[in-house]
Amino acid sequence: MQEKSDLMRFIFGRLSLESIPYHEPILVWTFVAVALIGGALFAAITYYRKWGYLWTEWFTSIDHKKIGIMYMVLGIVMLLRGFSDAVMMRIQQAIAFNGDMGYLPPHHYDQIFTAHGVIMIFFVAMPFVVGLMNVAVPLQIGARDVAFPFLNNFSFWMTTVGAVLVMLSLFIGEFARTGWLAYPPVSELILSPDVGVDYYIWSLQIAGVGTLLSGVNFLVTIVKMRAPGMTLMKMPVFTWTALCTNVLIVAAFPVLTGVLALLSLDRYVGTHFFTNDMGGNAMMYVNLIWIWGHPEVYILILPMFGVFSEVVATFSGKRLFGYTSMVYATVVITILSYIVWLHHFFTMGSGASVNSFFGITTMIISIPTGVKMFNWLFTMYRGRIRFELPMMWAVAFMVTFTVGGMTGVMLAIPPADFSLHNSLFLIAHFHNVIIGGVVFGAFAAISYWFPKSMGFKLDPFWGKCSFWFWVIGYWFAFTPLYVLGLMGVTRRLNHFDDPSLQIWFQIAAFGAFLIFLGIMCFLVQIYVSFRDRERLRDTTGDPWDGRTLEWSTASPSPVYNFAFTPYISEIDAWTDMKRRGYQRPDSGFVPIHMPKNTATGFVLAALAGVCGFALIWHIWWLAALSFVGLIGSAIFHTFNYDRDYYIPADEVEKTEAERTRLLAQA
Amino acid sequence: MSTHHAPTLDPSGFYVTGEHHTENGTLLGFWLYLMSDCLIFAVLFATYGVLNGSYAGGPDQKMLFDLPLIAVNTAALLLSSITYGFAMLEAHRGRKGAVIAWLVITALFGATFVGIELTEFHHMIGEGAGPWRSAFLSSFFALVATHGLHVSFGILWMIVLMVQTSKSGLTEQMTRRLSCLSLFWHFLDIIWIGVFTFVYLMGVLK
Repeated sequence: MQEKSDLMRFIFGRLSLESIPYHEPILVWTFVAVALIGGALFAAITYYRKWGYLWTEWFTSIDHKKIGIMYMVLGIVMLLRGFSDAVMMRIQQAIAFNGDMGYLPPHHYDQIFTAHGVIMIFFVAMPFVVGLMNVAVPLQIGARDVAFPFLNNFSFWMTTVGAVLVMLSLFIGEFARTGWLAYPPVSELILSPDVGVDYYIWSLQIAGVGTLLSGVNFLVTIVKMRAPGMTLMKMPVFTWTALCTNVLIVAAFPVLTGVLALLSLDRYVGTHFFTNDMGGNAMMYVNLIWIWGHPEVYILILPMFGVFSEVVATFSGKRLFGYTSMVYATVVITILSYIVWLHHFFTMGSGASVNSFFGITTMIISIPTGVKMFNWLFTMYRGRIRFELPMMWAVAFMVTFTVGGMTGVMLAIPPADFSLHNSLFLIAHFHNVIIGGVVFGAFAAISYWFPKSMGFKLDPFWGKCSFWFWVIGYWFAFTPLYVLGLMGVTRRLNHFDDPSLQIWFQIAAFGAFLIFLGIMCFLVQIYVSFRDRERLRDTTGDPWDGRTLEWSTASPSPVYNFAFTPYISEIDAWTDMKRRGYQRPDSGFVPIHMPKNTATGFVLAALAGVCGFALIWHIWWLAALSFVGLIGSAIFHTFNYDRDYYIPADEVEKTEAERTRLLAQA
Repeated sequence: MSTHHAPTLDPSGFYVTGEHHTENGTLLGFWLYLMSDCLIFAVLFATYGVLNGSYAGGPDQKMLFDLPLIAVNTAALLLSSITYGFAMLEAHRGRKGAVIAWLVITALFGATFVGIELTEFHHMIGEGAGPWRSAFLSSFFALVATHGLHVSFGILWMIVLMVQTSKSGLTEQMTRRLSCLSLFWHFLDIIWIGVFTFVYLMGVLK
């Protein structure tokens, strides 16, 4: 490598042609594939002249319904990336036996398992959660939009920029080799001097700002913007779980921001928070990151509990059993999730009393979760169950998640954890609850709310193919890991010496293949549904005989959601309205006050992305410039007072008349 | 509240006719943001709590802290909270000029605070007690400088609001923005009381 001149070092920082991994064939082919697909997409959008449409109708949109869809698209795209990582790991572990080192050298393999975890949690599960809240919450509470529509758009773009930085690390430089939580001292300069951990830090910091602002936004939306009559104990259960999740976001993400900032000080300034020398304390990092990390688990699962509550009640044709206990169970989980973090590192050696405390609090969480499980079962009991796709996912969830919950209680026993810590048993456990809970929940929610968002249902045949491949694939992929974990195999291993283990990894790889088919069927399902959208069109706005307010609007809902704000007198407001013979108003419309679209969110997030990239590569002048640009643009935005407009009454009337016509056809 | 389309319950009982206005959520939202910011400080306080005895053979609190200087500093910040309060009183009276005058005084107190803090940092680094010297000093600089950065940002924000107030007058929106900065500014005061007590006073008592 040539020595760079001072000028080049000033202009490009650490960045050089050497940073592009053209000597790694896997990455070169990935790049070729991404470039071809990206190029084709770019050309198609240009050819059909859709850039203007995308920009004005989507990228700059502050409509929660469209932002929700964009979050879901982001989640699905990143799911493909995160799953590719999973498949690569499964293949490596299935073949790296008997002296064969597999096809992934440790340097590359370590980046893959790190990226897999980071992407799946931050850029698949989180976009799904925030996306679903965007899709459903304002409609469920009878609101026109969220409390801060501009911030909502900004949050989305910050999350996206975080994802873009992670993707960029594939082709420029490398990603962290530390595992998804970047524990020091491995993540300190002494062991990770390259850009990997810096990519990790800045992508999470930028996405974290987006998540935090979403949390504030939805809290204020739910607290302040509910339709008149909707008291807290009349809120739909999904909205309740969204409320609790946002409390968790606001109370947990700052800790992640803080601890990552301290790690970056260690790396950039040379401080000694987590170093081995000069008084640093690496276990403090582990404590702090899990004080965020454990609530994060519940940030992901609580909204899915809400989804299953909606789905089970709707498809059983009954009011949810035990609404009040469901709400209290959710609140109890919210609180308990803050006092269990230490169960992630019982082996730290904090002593019997501390470990017992955290072991017991962890076991207590299974009580409210059990309450929920029984509520769903009792809702189904003597209900008229329709096994539509969302309901199938709900049943698969109940079976799968319960097993995952029980292995979780096993891990909560400190003496057992001393054997199981960092083993594949743990890996099997958290995939059991995250796939069985969050992923199944996301698919239930997608098939449930898709007609509301897009105006047509998803094709059930391909959906059922996807369902069976996913569910069976899950059990094939992760049951072997439970077995291997009990035999003492630890996580993140690159190759193995004991040939008797190989069969289990081969079964797991077969499971991953089934899940691959499940994902492919899901993509085909979306394609087929789009192609046959006229056949699948939902003209009623209420395709499932729904119970909550979103089903009272057209599919897709008009930009203003509700021509008149509904008045709520019961839980399951829409069922109550249908029962009492609700007639849609067809006159007396008034102009509706709405926020205007703005490009500011996109611009600010793009500048944040440039700033992050410059910080990763030590291009200080660009970091300073983009940071000043960021602050300047934010200030400039506050001088813009032209932020809203009125939808005229006759336009509202026209939209509503069109819906009346469609309803008459149905 | 819109005057010409006041919301009333439709006779059917299903919906509200006229335009339903929801309460503005900005102050609640900003307060929630402040609580999240407070948690970042909680992380930094906890870190300082763990590391404040990890000197790694370097200087300790007694050798470094100059309490009289910090007392002046603290006085400047506390006074700036009072003067911001005066600015808000004038804002509710609708006196634009007085608001800006009090904001200028507040910003000057804030700048004094930041200036003294920078002097203190400069002096410590000059003595070889920079943030890279020991874990104790890392946690000290992280906590105090994060607070200082917040104050600096608050000053920048104050300047923007002065310009906006002088341009658009004390509209409802302007008063709301001033109230947000007011929350922010008093919040930083409370954090500083924590820093002064736990870091400086308890430090020299050790």
